[in-house]
Amino acid sequence: MDDPIITVDAVTKQFRGGTRALDGLTLTIPRGIVYGLLGPNGAGKTTLIHILATLLHPDTGTVRVAGHDVVRDPAAVRERIGLAGQFAAVDDQLTGRENITMIGRLYGLSRREAVARAARILDHIHLADAADRQLKTYSGGMRRRIDLAASLIGRPQVLFLDEPTSGVDPASRQDLWQLVRGLAAEGTTVLLTTQYLDEADQLADRIAVIDHGRLLAEGTTAELKDRIGGAVVEIEVPAVLNDPAQTALAPLAARHDQVRDRIVLPAPHGPLTLRHALRLLDQAGITPTDVALHRPTLDDVFLALTRANDREHAGRPA
Amino acid sequence: MTTVIPIRRHGRAFVHVGVITRRNLLANVRLPDVLILSTVQPVVFMLIFLYVFGGAIQAALPAAAQGEYIYWLMPGILAQFAVFGSAPTAYGLNNDRTTGVLDRFRSLPMARSAVLIGRTLSDLVRNSFILTLQVVAGVLLGFRWRNGIGGMLAAIGIALAFGYACSWLMAYIGLTITNSEAIQAAIYMVVFPITLTSSVFLPTQTMPGWLQVFAEHQPITIVANTLRGLTLGQAALPAGHTIAGETFLALTWTAGIVAAFAPLAVTAYRRTTS
Repeated sequence: MDDPIITVDAVTKQFRGGTRALDGLTLTIPRGIVYGLLGPNGAGKTTLIHILATLLHPDTGTVRVAGHDVVRDPAAVRERIGLAGQFAAVDDQLTGRENITMIGRLYGLSRREAVARAARILDHIHLADAADRQLKTYSGGMRRRIDLAASLIGRPQVLFLDEPTSGVDPASRQDLWQLVRGLAAEGTTVLLTTQYLDEADQLADRIAVIDHGRLLAEGTTAELKDRIGGAVVEIEVPAVLNDPAQTALAPLAARHDQVRDRIVLPAPHGPLTLRHALRLLDQAGITPTDVALHRPTLDDVFLALTRANDREHAGRPA
Repeated sequence: MTTVIPIRRHGRAFVHVGVITRRNLLANVRLPDVLILSTVQPVVFMLIFLYVFGGAIQAALPAAAQGEYIYWLMPGILAQFAVFGSAPTAYGLNNDRTTGVLDRFRSLPMARSAVLIGRTLSDLVRNSFILTLQVVAGVLLGFRWRNGIGGMLAAIGIALAFGYACSWLMAYIGLTITNSEAIQAAIYMVVFPITLTSSVFLPTQTMPGWLQVFAEHQPITIVANTLRGLTLGQAALPAGHTIAGETFLALTWTAGIVAAFAPLAVTAYRRTTS
């Protein structure tokens, strides 16, 4: 197997105000995947991106990106990365084409090469028609696409996307997702931060959940979901039938959820468990009013992890 | 192991400076309202001082001004504008920082100084344009150079060079103060007192003694005197001063400001994040 493209080893970063943005974070990111950094506001996501993109030095620990140490050889790292920050870092007074070509020139491309690549990228992101208009006439989503395109013109091995779709309308969001998937398919490693769980769920092959600068969990989305338990079946019956229904479903370890007034049972076999439960109810002559097979979402994982971390944090002396 | 080609580095830095300069200039040209306003403002300044104060000031003027305030005011205003005209360097960099553009530039394989050199150069080009219009306005208001066109051009050169040096000071301010309103306050707090307590608008000899000492030795007076000497001749200078001596002092200040603030600004740039 290839070497990992990013290694983050025991990195801490404390800001002057005393905030500890990163607290001994260790991560390994394999080549050619979309990696999601998930965490609430202030978790340290942007600080990590800034360190990986050579904008900040870590206080302690080592970070290697595409084979080079970010502190000792930042120039080599910069040749191999692309960064699209939290806001579209584009020039309103320049056209889409000028914005992208300019970044190409700054990556060290010849004028001819920068112009050619910009044309190809504009085609690829479906902005060829708007390419020669100034960006001040663009929508938010179009600006984001230009921003992303500008970071692609240097053909980076690693692309950092800091909340790429925050403040973008749903349709543009789909476009951006499509673009990111395409990049990963072509072999670019994409590291994206997001507060949107569905975005991580949709895009990321692997996910790290971080909070207070520490790693809470890491793995594929499936692994993370498994960690807080598998699917459940939820059944609603008329109130008078709650007890008989529970008795009928006893073989499946059903319990009555008081809060939501539902009968809940674990569904290790998914739809098969559901069918089994319905058959047991049928034999008891009970007709449910509502049935659902519920798989844990990344929301469940995220909330479970960050809540547990908050409790632990609150317990520690400040 | 790496694909970095060190020989290309030097040439690349020039390209980067050119790309950044062009980018900033394009923004200037495509925001004509900003350019027009920043051109009109110094001309309005000149008109106000000429017509409001001019009459009262006539008597205090040295012989070389021949009783016409415009002769005194014109070189002074050029010196003042050199300082005022450098303020957009601070705003431009601050704006690039807040929009995340500096973050992107810093993540690119380019020389750390290229963004700052490009910014100060584009502001120099912009100021050359505005200064030329100011000279034209001055000539229309009755100013004539008495020391040959060479002296006039040298004066413009000194004013632009000093303004360029001030751009590095402004770059440092723009990168170290994060709030744009605070930047504006800081600039006005420094620029207004320092241009008023100089020989820009009035000869310094009517100021109280302690202020005179400051006013006569501060850089804006020195630049204003240099411009007067170069455009009007030796007679426009205070007793005991020579054109060559003033020019040397003005250039020394210019070089000194760059030497002090260029490294500070580059260091601040390295540390900046949005």
